[in-house]
Amino acid sequence: MIIRLSAAIAAVSLLSGVALAQDAKPTDPQIAHIAYTAGLIDIAAAKQALSKASNKDVKTFAQDMVRDHEAVNKQALDLVKKLNVTPEDNDTSKTLSKNAADKLAELAKLNGAAFDKAYVANEVAYHKAVDSALEKTLIPSANNAELKSLLQTGLKIFQGHEQHAEHVAAELK
Amino acid sequence: MKPGRILPIIAVLMLGVSVSAQAATIQLSMENLEIMPAEASAKVGDTIEWINKDVFAHTATARNGDFDVMLPPKKTGTLVVTTAGTFEYYCRFHPNMKATLTVAP
Repeated sequence: MIIRLSAAIAAVSLLSGVALAQDAKPTDPQIAHIAYTAGLIDIAAAKQALSKASNKDVKTFAQDMVRDHEAVNKQALDLVKKLNVTPEDNDTSKTLSKNAADKLAELAKLNGAAFDKAYVANEVAYHKAVDSALEKTLIPSANNAELKSLLQTGLKIFQGHEQHAEHVAAELK
Repeated sequence: MKPGRILPIIAVLMLGVSVSAQAATIQLSMENLEIMPAEASAKVGDTIEWINKDVFAHTATARNGDFDVMLPPKKTGTLVVTTAGTFEYYCRFHPNMKATLTVAP
């Protein structure tokens, strides 16, 4: 229950972070930065899981996260280069990074099955929060068509990961 | 009719026979996390070829466990169908990618 609650808090704080950006519509350079940061966060979480997780399915899931998010972020970097856009740091990115650092520290204290459960629960919550931010804020705010299209692909990837994480979470019970 | 003309005719006839007896290859694509077409049909003995156009790895995994084809980024994977039936399949990495394959006897 503690795990679930902390995952829910993480999701809520993430959303409120994104809500900040909703008031002032983020610009394309900010959106690119947020999307890239969201990917980096999940890669860092997965790398922690690769060194700490004990369950085979959890490790495989973490490997999938590293592979997919590195691929998405490579596409994002290629796109910003092509569009000659410099991603711009912003409050949403900062909130995301701060929350993620706290979560990494929290998970670092756990081991074995407790870590596995907490990591996967957070993956479900995190992907849900990012999906919602993409759908409600980032995609509608994006001006550039190619950026919008990359975000839409990103949304499908994240939704896929959310379902995958839910499946792994169900197996752990 | 000169003998030289008969040979090509025989060749054409043989070709016709061999084509109709040969199994088909059905090409499907995976692009932007969508399997297209989402509903495909084949016959036993046909080859299904999934062309993964994404930079992400996918799989074509039958819900009933009958097949599990790995599709690395920008690569193609094949499966020769040996049993008739309707197979629902999905991508293990992105379970939101779903499709149906109907195999006739």
